[in-house]
Order: sequence, then structure tokens, then C-alpha cells
Amino acid sequence: MDSCFRGNERSEMPGARRRLAGFARTLRDNGFKVGLAETSDALAVLISPAAARPISLKPALRALFCATHSDWERFDEIFDAFWRGGGMRQRQILSGTPSAGHAPARRLAEAAVPQEALGLPDRVERRTDGEGEAAADGRGRREGATRAEALLSALDLRHIVDPDEVAATHALAARLARTMRARLVRREQVRRRGRRLDLRRTIHRNVSHGGTLIELAWRRRKIKPLRLVVLLDASGSMNLYTAFFVRFLHGVVDSFREAEAFVFHTRLAHVSPSLRDRDVTRAVDKLALMAQGIGGGTRIGESLATFNRWHARRVINSRTALMIVSDGYDTGEPARLGEEMRRLRRRCRKIIWLNPLIGWRDYSPQARGMQAALPYVDLFAPAHNLESLAALEPYLARI
Amino acid sequence: MTLKREDISDKLAAVGYVADRDIATALWLMEFLKRPLLLEGEAGVGKTEVGKALAAVHGAELIRLQCYEGLDQNAALYEWNYQRQLLAIKTREGIGENADAIEEHIFSEKYLLERPLLAAIRRATPPVLLIDEVDRADEEFEAFLLELLSDFQVSIPELGTIKATSIPRVVLTSNGTRELSDALRRRCLYHYIDFPEVDREAKIILTRTLGIDTTLALQIARMVAAVRKEDLRKVPGVAETLDLAATLAGLEMQDLRQEPEAVYETMICLLKTHEDRARVTREVSGRLLGKVA
Repeated sequence: MDSCFRGNERSEMPGARRRLAGFARTLRDNGFKVGLAETSDALAVLISPAAARPISLKPALRALFCATHSDWERFDEIFDAFWRGGGMRQRQILSGTPSAGHAPARRLAEAAVPQEALGLPDRVERRTDGEGEAAADGRGRREGATRAEALLSALDLRHIVDPDEVAATHALAARLARTMRARLVRREQVRRRGRRLDLRRTIHRNVSHGGTLIELAWRRRKIKPLRLVVLLDASGSMNLYTAFFVRFLHGVVDSFREAEAFVFHTRLAHVSPSLRDRDVTRAVDKLALMAQGIGGGTRIGESLATFNRWHARRVINSRTALMIVSDGYDTGEPARLGEEMRRLRRRCRKIIWLNPLIGWRDYSPQARGMQAALPYVDLFAPAHNLESLAALEPYLARI
Repeated sequence: MTLKREDISDKLAAVGYVADRDIATALWLMEFLKRPLLLEGEAGVGKTEVGKALAAVHGAELIRLQCYEGLDQNAALYEWNYQRQLLAIKTREGIGENADAIEEHIFSEKYLLERPLLAAIRRATPPVLLIDEVDRADEEFEAFLLELLSDFQVSIPELGTIKATSIPRVVLTSNGTRELSDALRRRCLYHYIDFPEVDREAKIILTRTLGIDTTLALQIARMVAAVRKEDLRKVPGVAETLDLAATLAGLEMQDLRQEPEAVYETMICLLKTHEDRARVTREVSGRLLGKVA
């Protein structure tokens, strides 16, 4: 189709060709997946009779270049800016989801995360158990840097302050997420042995024996891997744990075939697309920036309502485990939270609520929000250290 | 023979499909570049209708493949007719035919059951192949589909390779229950269908409902638009609108505002869950009716 145009494109439309290449580049900068095939098809459209009517050019290019609904929604703005506004490319990149890294922002995030982890443990030192105290003073910290992973995984995340340790913890979190997936998939393979006879296929196989049944075909139950949806509370009260869980989220989204991640504080944000970035540091930094709450309270109820209204239908199926990571300190109405939890309960298979506070001594779920949500939670578990997360995995495998 | 873009929009109107502004362009482009078209949108916005309308526009046959979890090649591509094969073996054994001849015979076209995908590439004139709700099928099937859509040939071990006699026009629809692969998305043109705006929905009501007048159609369209803005579990689609229109036309209603009670009663056409039904009370229905004016 496009070969017939290739001959005269250079002589007739050198300008169009260059402009189109520029447009394709702008789209790519804005995270569109535009390849050579699309560009050459677009050129064919551009020099076809349809281009004589510019009004149909935009919908044509849109159908060609868009691949998802989010592309679709952003296309008009980018198109108008490029073809009507000329040199507005800079602004466009800023308003879109950045696919290329922003160096200044990255440095900011890199600086921000360790500072948070370093600066805050003093505030909670009073409530620690023995193990934590050892780590909180300077000596413990230096020792900790050489400790084995096993020790690290038992340490409360609040007390992991040494940058090396922090990095090691994050690596562990990512690996943990991967192991979870490995286990779940292996389970699928073990079950791949037939229990019932597949009559239709058995006959098919034995047609070559003249219909005498020699080879048997078994029917096996195919088990689809679990889908995991994680909602992470990134409010002020959680900020000691946020950096760690962001890393965990990245591991989950990266290695589960079906996983979705959301972050909420006063609002809810869908973060899986940012997490799919191959560059781990960049993805995590981007998210760490998004997760930095503005310091307002947590509105768990409202965030869940947003989730129920806009995302649940798409991301939840019958084999979905929903994991909420939050301390349950809700500044909204507890009744609202209860109501939204009830709705969620009906949609998904299991609800797991991970609460870092359970790991603290003498904790009981007193927060009113937590009280309202508890009746709908299948598993209420601690998540203050890596061990507690690892303990979760057999449970997930059984779902 | 490629149709002009304007022709397509005219013809769509002629077959009774009230198109949104840009779908005609997408359909033209599909023809021009010979690429499949992927349609996405909420349930009930009329994605499947596009496939049907396209078939009507080209006067082509519509072959539909409804995807579901666990859909495999046997159900989508071809299958041997085992019962007839076995029967043939037994009868031919009886008359003492040799084994090679029997084998030759039972693996011939006569015993091949065409399923939608094979049927689509073996027609004399290009049909419209509608692959409905492709997101419901498994990933493996999606990969297989991708291969078929780029090569348009199928290999059947017992028969050899079957090449397409005509390249079908392919329309895929997706509800977004699962994320489709990038490869499939890149292979296709993309169009997102939204709920129709009030004017277009009124036009749809007018073309599809007998004996309804313009004022009422417009009122119903506004009413439905207002209902869609409510916080509902199942947002009513165009099919529901048409049900409501048919019901109200059947009740010989002239003006919605005159009969709020009847409107409340017939809301059952739009609200498909108990929860939504409970949420739209008489008061809410009255308030929505207020927006119709």
C-alpha cells in the first residue's frame, strides 16, 4: 500500500515528511508507542486525497497513532499544539506523562527518600522493642551494614536507616515480590495433570487407530495466575514505610503478569504505568514524588470510593486479591470507609489489609477507620518488616 | 476498490447507523491501509454495532467470533468432524478398502468443520470479521490471533497450509477487562467510542424506534444523559436507552414531564442492579426529570 507513495513523496512533500517526523517524535516524547510502520502509513494518508480536507486529517492520524484510551484522550491537545501552535513542544512534554527522565526531579527524589528515612526514626524511638533500640543507636547502625540479610529482614523498617541497608532492604523487597510470583506459577504447573477424561480429544487422537481407544487425552484445569491489586497509603502517618513499599510495589508490578498498583493519601492515583518503567530507580523516584502527600490527612474512604467508581470494574476480576497497605488512620467518615469496604468485598476474592502498626508492641486496632474496615478484611496482618511480608506468601498461594 | 471517506459516512447513515464524527474516518483508514480496527469503550456504547454497520456498508457477510475465557483454536479456527470420520472408517473397513485410501478420505475437506476464523479467510468475497470482546480470551489466543492477522494463512497438519482467498475486514472490540498486548494494539488502528452525546442519542432513538416523535426522543436522550452522570454501578448503554424509548413510545407518552410516576416506573429499563434501583428513588427520578426541560 505505502510503496506506491514512496516514489513521489520526496519530490512532492519534503516539508510534510519532515513535519510528520517531528510530530511522531513529539508523540514518542509523550509516551506514545509510535514506530516506523505508523509513520510511513501516516505519510501515505497525508499525501492521499483525504488530506485535502484537513478536518479529517486529525481523526485519521488519531486512529493511526493511538493505541490506548489514555493516548486517545491526550492526542487532541498534542495535535493542536504541534500543528497549530508551532513551537509548543516543550510545554507538551511537561504536561504529559514523562517517559524520558527529568534529571532535576530525579535528583530531588533521590535526595528526599533517604533523608526521610534518616531523619525520622528518632521520633518513634520511644516505642521500639529491644531489637529496634539496638539498631537505632549509632553502633547498631554500623553493625547493621555488615549483617546478614536474615537479620535485616527481621528488623523493623523504621529502624533501617543506613543508606546501604536501605538499598539492601529495597532489593530484598523486589526479590520477595518475584518469589511470590514464582511460587504462584509453579502451583499452576503442578496442577496441570488431568483428572477427567477429555472425550472429544481422545476420539480425535484415536482416529488414526480406527477409533479403537488407545491413547487417552485428559482434561486439566487451567489455573490462571492470581491478580494482585495493591492500594498503598502514602499519607504523612505512613511516611516511614512509604519508600520501602514503593519499592515493593515496583517488584510486584514488574514480576506479576497481572498486577495493578494505586497510591492514595487525600486522593487516589493509578501508578502502574509509571511503575512499568524498566529503569527501576527512575520508576521508584517518580512514584516517590507522587506519593509525597501534601501533608493533609488520609481519606481512605474517599480514595476507596474513587477506586470503586472508576477502576474496580476494570482491574478486579474473580481471581483478584486486593492488598491495602495502610495504618488505618482515616480523617474521613468511618461509616463511608465501611460502606466502600463492603462494596469492595463483594467484588474481589480476598482483601488483605497490611498494617505496619501491628508490629508495634501493644497495638490494637483502635483507629475508628480501622474498626469500620475490619469486618470486611480476610487477612489483617503486620507489615513492619520483611519477615512479615514473606509470611504472607503461603497465604497468597492458597487463594 | 477503495471508497471515499464521504461515501462511507453517507452509507453508514443509509444503513441506519448514526455514526459519531470520526468513526467514518477510522473506517476509511482501515480500508485504505488494510489494517484491523480496534474499538474500545464502555459496555453498551455500540461497539458491536460498528461491525454490523460496516458489513452492511460493504454489502459483505458478517462473521462473528465471540471471545471468552478458554477459547481455543478448535472453537475459533477449525475442527475435524470426529463422528463422521469414525463412521467413515467403520463403513469403509466393512467394504475392505485399504488403510491409505481411508486415511486420505477422512482427512479431506468434507470432514473439516470451519469455525469463524477459517471461514473468514476462505470466502470468495471479503467478509467483515468481528472479533468481539477480545480481552476475554486468554493471552495465548491473542498471540495466535496476531499471527493470523498478519499472515492470513492457517496451517492444518493433516491438510497443509490454507492461504486466504480474500482478506477480511477485521474489527476487534474490547471492554478493557484485561490489558491487551502492545503488539496487538500496534497492529491495529484504534478508536475509542464514548457514550453518544444528547443529539446523537436522540437521532439513534429516532432511527431505531417506530412511532416516536422528536420532542420525546430528545427528552429521553437528555434524561439518559442525566442518569449516566449519577453514581451508578452499571451505567446504562444505548441498548437500554432504546428499551426505555420503546417502552415510553408503547405507553403513548407525549411529554415526560407530564407523567413523572410513569417515568419512575419505567426506569427499570435503565437500572440493572438492585443497588442502582434503590439509589434512584422517586425524588432522584423527579430531580433528573427536572433537567430534561
